[in-house]
Amino acid sequence: MKVHEYQARELLADAGVPVPPGRVIESVEDAAAAYKAVTSEAGVSLAVVKAQVHAGGRGKAGFVKLVRTPEEATAAARHMLTHRMISPQTPPEGLEVRKLLIAAGVSIAHEYYLAVTTDRATRRNILIASAEGGVEIEKVAAENPDAILKEPIHPLMGLQPHQARRVAFGLGLSGKQVGQAVRVMLALAGAYDRLDCSLAEINPLIVTPPVGDHPDGQVLAIDAKFNFDDNALFRQKRVAAMFDPAEENPMELRAQRFGLNYIALDGTIGCLVNGAGLAMATMDIIKHYGGEPANFLDVGGSATEEAVTEGFRIILADDAVRGVLVNIFGGIMRCDVIAQAIVNAAKEVGFTVPLVVRLEGTNVEEGRRILQAAKGDIPTMQPATDLADAARKVAAAVG
Amino acid sequence: MAIFIDADTRVICQGITGSFGALHTKGCLHYGTKLVGGVTPGKGGSADANGLPIYDTVRDAAGATGADATMIFVPPPFAADAVLEAADAGLRVICCITEGVPVRDMVRTRAALDEINQGRPASERQVLIGPNCPGVITPGPKSGSGESASDPYTRSGCKIGIMPGYIHTHASEAESGLAVGIVSRSGTLTYEAVWQTSNAGLGQTTCVGIGGDPVRGVGFIECLERFQADPDTAGVLMIGEIGGTDEEEAAAWAKAHMTKPLAAFIAGRTAPPGRRMGHAGAIIAGGQGDAESKIAALRANGFEIAETPADMGAAMARAMGLG
Repeated sequence: MKVHEYQARELLADAGVPVPPGRVIESVEDAAAAYKAVTSEAGVSLAVVKAQVHAGGRGKAGFVKLVRTPEEATAAARHMLTHRMISPQTPPEGLEVRKLLIAAGVSIAHEYYLAVTTDRATRRNILIASAEGGVEIEKVAAENPDAILKEPIHPLMGLQPHQARRVAFGLGLSGKQVGQAVRVMLALAGAYDRLDCSLAEINPLIVTPPVGDHPDGQVLAIDAKFNFDDNALFRQKRVAAMFDPAEENPMELRAQRFGLNYIALDGTIGCLVNGAGLAMATMDIIKHYGGEPANFLDVGGSATEEAVTEGFRIILADDAVRGVLVNIFGGIMRCDVIAQAIVNAAKEVGFTVPLVVRLEGTNVEEGRRILQAAKGDIPTMQPATDLADAARKVAAAVG
Repeated sequence: MAIFIDADTRVICQGITGSFGALHTKGCLHYGTKLVGGVTPGKGGSADANGLPIYDTVRDAAGATGADATMIFVPPPFAADAVLEAADAGLRVICCITEGVPVRDMVRTRAALDEINQGRPASERQVLIGPNCPGVITPGPKSGSGESASDPYTRSGCKIGIMPGYIHTHASEAESGLAVGIVSRSGTLTYEAVWQTSNAGLGQTTCVGIGGDPVRGVGFIECLERFQADPDTAGVLMIGEIGGTDEEEAAAWAKAHMTKPLAAFIAGRTAPPGRRMGHAGAIIAGGQGDAESKIAALRANGFEIAETPADMGAAMARAMGLG
């Protein structure tokens, strides 16, 4: 699960990481007041208006704006709340922006990258840092791997201060900056563990030029990104409450409510499969035979007839779908349940597009019998003998 | 011969009174698995629908039944504890079927298991299979209908998990007389692979579903190591998917240590980057773990590649010179 930047900032601030003052607004009218509040709190005149969406590329899209007056803040807010944001990371039609973060501007002496994630290879959480902050870390990793510092985190002991110090010195920090950065790293690693994160990233972490009570500069988190382990949300009530359904694909949400795992894609062949691996493989073989999958849909092992019927409703609600492939290898899932759901969906929604069905495994005979009996009612249906046959048939049917 | 489990393996079920635990306990009994009891805290002293004794703790169950393996169906919040309880009781094979275990729990549990196994030779390690996996099966020759525990599908096989037993084939009943090992990160895709190898005239020595989670128990390499050492395993079919670098590491390991024919399929060639496709582990992030780089690594290290998921059985046969 992803959260917005302003929510990540809240979690960081709670963990003890200093962030510049900020306010969240949802209407243009609140922009001027928010600007005044954050700038007076920080004693500056510069502020930044940032669109809160679950997609990157905001700066280049013009959805991160520096402002120096309440009027500029209002104008920036009006633009962002009345235009869709289009970036390489959004769908082509862009995303609607519903919330803005207005944060006090700060002077930056240097930018750093700091993150905690789980390293699958070592099965440990790992702290990652780089003195090349504010840019895409993947780029740094590819072009200059030596610029990335890593510290493995002990699963029970957590990140140790000496490790954080090593990183701070490695980043080239000095004087009082070191202690401040160490506190940020320990706080970030602690929050990662406590909140069941899958990514906790501060980019950039910055050091300001010398100011009043910080003669060596102040260490601050400017932008933050937190992703969470969906499997742990049952024990992370506060994080779970941060879920923003407006940021999700409505069809994916609908599928979720029935325990289905659905991801919308750009193609024309709808797929309904049991098991994630087989669902991915089914997409692969559709593509191999020249088709394009319209979705990933794993109905899982224990879906009811009703849930599977809902799966068909979701697939058929996609106007781009010109053919449907059902691929079931029954283990826990019984083929007769799938067959009955096909019959239900045919009655309720109707298959106006070609439907290719491949059934194998548990109760396959009964499943085939149900479909054979309903054949007259589903004229676009054709059975397939195996996976390759099924993919070939559906790709041919949609042309 | 086989790996991890065989006809003599005695198995208990943790979470035997839950709906999934009860359903698959029955399925394993019908297959012919020596399921000897179960654990549900607070229900010790009673028996399940099949007459199997239920115990309060895994130690009690292991002590009374002589079990050396367990099948875990405990709900996700308690699954890691169930794994550690099984390890504490000394069970040799710990198979965790549960889907949805938090990664943090697995990071800690795996660290604890690694500590327990430190310094032990492979044969003495306590092995975790899963979580989020279909389980492990060593097929036996067909002996009956499999419709009841008294008329089991096989009398010398062992199934620990949720896979349909009848799709598997023992070497003695395979057209070629040969059997292969199968190791996979996916559930139903494994059934597909088993079905295809059976149809290609091959049996299976053991099929291991290692699970789809980013942090788990045994990986590809531990399974390859055992398949290489197992005299009855004539080849190995490995089924990977996008995410992580396990397949790349397994490919390099196999080149240095394996002499048996190898085949592989990688699912997720067409998956969009950054999206989690059902398995928590199946995500392509930061250009790492995409299908093409895995396929290239496997090919370079001597694996015959199944170009499509319909080609898995044939790829295995080609690798063995049977195609």
